[in-house]
Amino acid sequence: MSREVMEYDVVIVGGGPSGLATAIKLKQLKSDLNVCILEKGSEIGAHILSGNVFETRALDELIPNWKELNSPIKTKVTKEKFLFLGKTKSLSWPTWLLPKVQQNHKNYIISLANLCRWLAEQAEGLGVEIFPGFPASEILYHEDGSVKGVATQDMGLDKEGNKKDSFESGMELHAKVTVFAEGCRGHLGKELIKKFELDKGKDPQQYGIGFKEIWEIKDNNHQEGMVMHTAGWPLDKNTYGGSFIYHAENKQVFLGYVIGLDYKNPHLSPFDEFQRFKTHPAIKKIIEGGKRISYGARALIEGGLQSLPKMFMPGALLVGCDAGTLNMPKIKGSHTAMKSGMIAAETIIDYINDKKNLSNYEDKFKKSWVYKELHAARNVKPSFSWGLFLAIIFTGIDQILFRGKLPFTLKHKHADHDTLKLAKDMPKIDYPKPDNIITFDKTSSVYLTGTNHADNQPVHLKLKNPDLPIKYTLDKYDEPAQRYCPVGVYEVQVENNVSKFVINSQNCIHCKTCDIKEPSQNITWVTPEGGGGPKYGNM
Amino acid sequence: MKILVAVKRVIDYNVQVRVKEDGTGVVTDNVKMSTNPPDDNAVEEAVKIKESGKGKEIVAVTIGEDKAQETVRKALAVGADRGIHVKSEGILEPLAVSKILQKIVEKEKPDLVFMGKQAIDDDCNQTGQMLAALLNWPQATFASKINVKDKSLEVTREVDEGLETIEVNTPAIVTCDLRLNEPRYASLPNIMKAKKKPLEQINASDLGVDIKSRIEQIKVEEPPKRKAGIKVANVAELVQKLKNEAKVI
Repeated sequence: MSREVMEYDVVIVGGGPSGLATAIKLKQLKSDLNVCILEKGSEIGAHILSGNVFETRALDELIPNWKELNSPIKTKVTKEKFLFLGKTKSLSWPTWLLPKVQQNHKNYIISLANLCRWLAEQAEGLGVEIFPGFPASEILYHEDGSVKGVATQDMGLDKEGNKKDSFESGMELHAKVTVFAEGCRGHLGKELIKKFELDKGKDPQQYGIGFKEIWEIKDNNHQEGMVMHTAGWPLDKNTYGGSFIYHAENKQVFLGYVIGLDYKNPHLSPFDEFQRFKTHPAIKKIIEGGKRISYGARALIEGGLQSLPKMFMPGALLVGCDAGTLNMPKIKGSHTAMKSGMIAAETIIDYINDKKNLSNYEDKFKKSWVYKELHAARNVKPSFSWGLFLAIIFTGIDQILFRGKLPFTLKHKHADHDTLKLAKDMPKIDYPKPDNIITFDKTSSVYLTGTNHADNQPVHLKLKNPDLPIKYTLDKYDEPAQRYCPVGVYEVQVENNVSKFVINSQNCIHCKTCDIKEPSQNITWVTPEGGGGPKYGNM
Repeated sequence: MKILVAVKRVIDYNVQVRVKEDGTGVVTDNVKMSTNPPDDNAVEEAVKIKESGKGKEIVAVTIGEDKAQETVRKALAVGADRGIHVKSEGILEPLAVSKILQKIVEKEKPDLVFMGKQAIDDDCNQTGQMLAALLNWPQATFASKINVKDKSLEVTREVDEGLETIEVNTPAIVTCDLRLNEPRYASLPNIMKAKKKPLEQINASDLGVDIKSRIEQIKVEEPPKRKAGIKVANVAELVQKLKNEAKVI
């Protein structure tokens, strides 16, 4: 079937910080370039979720006068705290004893979704065409194997894939260079990494799942500009993770939890760990009397430099966390994502103007401050495979004494889907019931994400083998999808003693955790109909 | 026939609406906004009539702040020919909206005015009716089927008792029900083309109508939280509770 074709100089897949920074830089360098951004969310920002304590370094370079342009970067970090949590006690760690990368006094507490909305305005002002509600669902290749562009998703298919009356064919967007900026575990990025063997010789990528809630809290509990992180309880010492509590403007706190997806116990439920965390006296006292107004979750990159794939291939570049530029010990990825996009833009201009090869991206990247940052950070996350205690001692030596300059590089040994132990060998975890005041269930949480997918469309969570969940995964791992999914998409229902695996795909919030953690890699996330998914406000 | 379609920008139906803490309204900052769903049906029906050869021109009109233009652009992307944006700030009541639309109708002289049966934000369900009264035109509300005849319309209405079919002479006002049709998607090339279609801007203040609020809003608050249900042991207990506690039978 022939589809309509549109030609662009550059097509960017994804309207997050890396894609938007790429677009802005491209137009700044060459204003007559035809640049478009495809975004699967119903608007820019709808699928963006992040802490976020923002380091302005990349933005200072991209839009130096951002302070004069009514940007949503307003709340300066004024105070910092780091707590080690025991079950009921907490120990405050002096900030001066924290590695420099974890000190935030020059940074701002922001909503990344709002920053993206603002960046989109700047991009549109420069003539970038932005198309929200149009997911790129397919990569197109030239006969020589190089990337030709992407195709958008067909609209108006029913559950079985038949055309409805409203059917609207997807279209092809061809470009001189296609930039993939889908964020962590982009489904096209994943295909490219495999096809072009971009991860050859690299460690397996490492991921985490991050939760975030926004609370409106009582005046006397609120300290605008306060940034607090915790480690320890409720996770055991062998599970990597921690929390953030950021006091933003308007009496809001951004409260979140990140858990490494290399956890071993299939009975662990990241969602319930996060809920339980809020019951700790040191946390409860902050949000008590307040009201939860938002909820969401998203997978994030933790692998760092060792796992960073090659970011160029014929006709295309990977930017931001579609490749994996997040700085884990810094707990920040927005500035590195933006910078990687800006470097990509410079590379593309050299390619279009002077026929310089796209492989220049790597050289430019290696000379940039992003690479220096990621290099210094590289040994922190792998050291946590030794357990919390040793990792803290090592990180202290590595980050404070040697500032990341130790002459060796630790490796990530396993992919996250390989780390689960058998269910029968691991302890079950008894999570407390939600009280609907501080802690909540998944049903009431998914409601706050505003997620929706038009009904009667093909299921966008594909099983390679539909029998595997019940015949294998349930038996061996007690089907962990029931627990790692942050919104309860996956259920095992028992009827007349027969177990059935149910996928409530309409609840999906596009976090990609299932695609990462499923022990047999049996679940593949593909793009649903455009505009589907969460409708995050200021996340 | 020339068709004028009125479209309104509202909070997207998937968003969980939150009441402002001070009770002055609901939070709209950084909230996803969309075209009022039954207004999409109104646009779709107008496009269908045009495609059938019975319609000549479709003009989409919206009233509101600058961003309200998005709803007109969307109408243009699915088949409207040109757009009008009447600029105004703040919330307008249905009477003010109808007065503005009256002026637009007098200027554009359409044969039909289509709009959604009600907007999902205030749920008023008044604008179509008020506009009909101001223009002294016939109205067909809650339309779930429209059959265009020579100088009249046969309209099936969704009423409480079932379906009612009426005939109205044109020019007429039709307010559309969600059952009327399934709105089409805007395709990417059509969104591009829509950016080049004409969109006229008019200031509400230049129209010479009184759009002051007639209603004073005292307070906005959330509906009370639903209490958890209880289990009853038997039918007798259920009947007893319905009678004595709930007092519904």
